[in-house]
Amino acid sequence: MNRLTIATAMAVALGMSAPTMAQIKLADVAELSGPGATVGTNWKNGIDLAVAEINEKGGILGQKIEVTHADSQSNPGIARAQVQKALDGNPYVLLGPGYSGSVKVTASLAQQAEIAQIMGGEAAELTQAGNPYLFRTSFGQQSSMPKVARYIAEEVKAKSVAVVWVNNDFGKGGRDMITKELAKRNVKVVADLSTEAGQADFAADAVKVKNANPDAVFIYLNEEESARALKEFRRQNIQAPLIGETTLIGQKVIELAGDAANGAKGHVGLTTDAPVPAVAAFRDRFAKKYNYVPDHNGIKGYLSIYVIKAVTEKMGKVDPKGFAKTLHGMTIKPEQEPGILMEVTYDANGDIDRQSFMAEVVGGKQVVKEILPKMGN
Amino acid sequence: MLNLLNLVVSGLATGAIYALVAIGFTLLWQTSQTINFAQGEFVMLPAFFVLAALNVGLPFWAAVVVGMIAALVLLGVTFKLVLVDPMLRHGVLPLAIATMALSIFLKDSVKEFYSAEAQAFPSIVPEGSLALFGTQIPLQSIGVFVLAVAAVVVLQQFLARSSTGRQMQAAAQNPTVARILGIPVERMILYTFLINAALVALASLLITPIYLAKFTSGETLGLAAFIAAIVGGFNQVRGAIVGGVVLGLVDNLAATYVSTQYRGAIPLFLLIAVILWRPQGLVGRAEERTV
Repeated sequence: MNRLTIATAMAVALGMSAPTMAQIKLADVAELSGPGATVGTNWKNGIDLAVAEINEKGGILGQKIEVTHADSQSNPGIARAQVQKALDGNPYVLLGPGYSGSVKVTASLAQQAEIAQIMGGEAAELTQAGNPYLFRTSFGQQSSMPKVARYIAEEVKAKSVAVVWVNNDFGKGGRDMITKELAKRNVKVVADLSTEAGQADFAADAVKVKNANPDAVFIYLNEEESARALKEFRRQNIQAPLIGETTLIGQKVIELAGDAANGAKGHVGLTTDAPVPAVAAFRDRFAKKYNYVPDHNGIKGYLSIYVIKAVTEKMGKVDPKGFAKTLHGMTIKPEQEPGILMEVTYDANGDIDRQSFMAEVVGGKQVVKEILPKMGN
Repeated sequence: MLNLLNLVVSGLATGAIYALVAIGFTLLWQTSQTINFAQGEFVMLPAFFVLAALNVGLPFWAAVVVGMIAALVLLGVTFKLVLVDPMLRHGVLPLAIATMALSIFLKDSVKEFYSAEAQAFPSIVPEGSLALFGTQIPLQSIGVFVLAVAAVVVLQQFLARSSTGRQMQAAAQNPTVARILGIPVERMILYTFLINAALVALASLLITPIYLAKFTSGETLGLAAFIAAIVGGFNQVRGAIVGGVVLGLVDNLAATYVSTQYRGAIPLFLLIAVILWRPQGLVGRAEERTV
């Protein structure tokens, strides 16, 4: 009898404590070391900041968020193993990876588990494979490259371009897309230079660019390689405008390249220098917590958590299966969810539509020169 | 043609760095039969010593001094006393494996205690460019080459002309006879480790502003210098110099005129060719051993 009483009391106690103990489990797999360490570290810190903010205010639907981070070492093979391990823990949503190559080899795992995956990859092909569980946090190349090509053709008025790209899924996707978009605008690619991930020496590439004598140089590399390339191109006195995407003029690139980054221009989907008060406030909170200014990957990580919050609150329940269905076609406005910073719309493929910016590095800072509205507007 | 000049200068600068690191390989091998597979990480580490000193508020010149002293103590004295001396008693192979373990330990320690991200590093040579023969040559490449060559010349003069240098050579050539002649062989070997530490620290200061400071940055350098030492001749300091310069030039020219994708493979082809047709290296001395 006594045993029954104790067991009942324990069951009641456990049952009563369950609602307060419930947690939303998220699993993050990111590039915390290797060539993509800048990407992964910013992404992770952005996630941690958003999770801390939300938990401080009581969590999502009264449930605290618990997030685990795993290191892909910027290696697709390791990323796949880490994602499998993360999915074995039955997370509500999978976060990351940031590298397109790693996303490519992990997306099918999340799809089979019917778990939504919010990732940082930008290769165009990722969301064109019909995976209903895959969502971006930034523009895919199919959205950003037409804007860059238009800028090169109409603003810079370049007739010839040297394309310097990194030989991985991210770089190849960007190179294919920009080449196609430049051809549409009758801009000739006079040098098509493939480089390696982690490449340290860009002297030979700079000479090839000089030999081609282009009107502009389009650089599409990861952050560290972008910084090394900028330094070498400036050292070799290349005078043509250096134009790229977010990875050319991000905060980390500016920090690493120093003065060599000045004058570089690019299209940025997300920037902490955006003339948006909510983004500036985020930048200050991030800098206060981590003692450095984040790049776009920090914003991407941060936004991924607020997307989860907005979707979950819209559903009114923590439903892993229903998450992806709810997010397709959803528009999240800052008035409804301030943490989303800027209005964003998800389409049926998991691609996003949001306003973006053309920016230039001036005096060691990214300066927004033009605001490009949402494409759906 | 004008751009070829740029490539040659850049290749010579890279080659001079390879030579500095490769000389360390040959010195350690000659005096103590040590093949240091952590040599690349020895180049990576001094830059982080300097960055750590900068972070505590020291001016750059003082941080460089701190970095050099830390390199001499940790990569010279401590490396010899804590790892090489105890392991060498068990033969060359266990020591080589121990240095591989040290390489992993150093990389992971920097990743854990400093950062996995690349860090910017100030240049000790002026940036900008110099107009020469109708083209712009980066001052940094010229500066790196000049400083590296100056270091090699000073080292060669020290080894050839000073009493200590000649004692070091004697200790390397025949330690038994050197001991009979009253040369303090152990001290001479320690000096070799200190010279190696100084060379890698200089290489670190010269290359890190270009390659950036990162825990993995020694991997490529270590391999390139090892290949350079074999190509030039592992048992000759001048072999390391020739190997380094040849490798730097071949690397840059191949990346431009052959293929960027295969640039990593071309030094290995060179290595295979040298091992097949001139195993003692381009300027090395043939050695015979009875088994």
